[in-house]
Amino acid sequence: MDNAALIWSYLSREPLLWLTATLCAYWIGDRASLAAQRQSWANPVLFAVILLAALLMLTGTDYQTYFEGAQFVHFMLGPATVCLGLPLYDNLRRLRHAVVPLLAALVAGSLTAVVAALAVAHAFGLSPVLMASLAPKSATAPVAIGISEGLGGAPTITAVLVLLTGIIGAIIVTPLLNALRIRDWRARGFAVGVAAHGIGTARAFQVNETAGAFAGIGMGLNAVLTAIIAPLALRLFQ
Amino acid sequence: MIPALATILCFHLAGELISRALALPVPGPVVGLLLLVGAGICRPRLIDFLRPAATALLGNLSLFFVPAGVGVIAHLGQFRDNAAGLGLAVLVSTVLAIAVAALTFAWVARLMGDAEGGRDG
Repeated sequence: MDNAALIWSYLSREPLLWLTATLCAYWIGDRASLAAQRQSWANPVLFAVILLAALLMLTGTDYQTYFEGAQFVHFMLGPATVCLGLPLYDNLRRLRHAVVPLLAALVAGSLTAVVAALAVAHAFGLSPVLMASLAPKSATAPVAIGISEGLGGAPTITAVLVLLTGIIGAIIVTPLLNALRIRDWRARGFAVGVAAHGIGTARAFQVNETAGAFAGIGMGLNAVLTAIIAPLALRLFQ
Repeated sequence: MIPALATILCFHLAGELISRALALPVPGPVVGLLLLVGAGICRPRLIDFLRPAATALLGNLSLFFVPAGVGVIAHLGQFRDNAAGLGLAVLVSTVLAIAVAALTFAWVARLMGDAEGGRDG
């Protein structure tokens, strides 16, 4: 009994336990997503987050202790964001052919995502911290988290809202754009990339190759534009 | 692997330095992303050199997002108290943004006499 207490006190002090738990939870989440044939609601991150949150609550571990282990994984968001330049570079040629419609749709979609979210939040009287956390939620996770930190939001709330945005976007895009009778795969893909980042892009690739490539361009460009629009839009609502 | 990772970290570092030094609204990694695209245009071989490491990182992009997501447990009360406002804000803005972006793209492409949409679809 004494021994078990000693081992637990070691584990709860070192980053090893929660780093291992994070990787294992993601592994399980990924297998679960695969078992559900990669349906858009079966998101591996969602599974992993629910598993880890339950584990933390059961063991009475606070988030700070968990994060000491998980920070190594969290750090990788930065270098991974830099790597998003690669798909953007690969698609530069296709981007040049459709540059005017692309830029028009980027500005319209990005502005709509930020302003509509803030307008609803404002109507509900949400706190400034929640508004700042909400503003960048259509950008890809690492970028949204960076923007949220800069605006005085809570990065962890932003992370959850980004995830929610991606899942909602991936589920509604096909019925919504069918109802609007939009048949141009470039327009369909680009729109979901701008509004619902990587999760939307993954969904677009499942439906059509062209849509997927344009979704990737939309995600990359909106990561840059949201960083500029979100602080300006937030000022409008303060 | 290590030389490629070191190069990626150098772009990240340069991005952070530029973002902070010029007090840009764009986060450091995004500046690094733009630097990488620019460097790739000047020197396409750089992209081939980085591709294996970058593909490995991007293939696991969603993993890196888990620790921040677990932060939900530190804010459960705030989510519960503001569930309607946050949920509706995300739902309404995502539906509108997809619709507006797709309609704008299709409309501007038609204005410019671009028929590629018909070819694919």
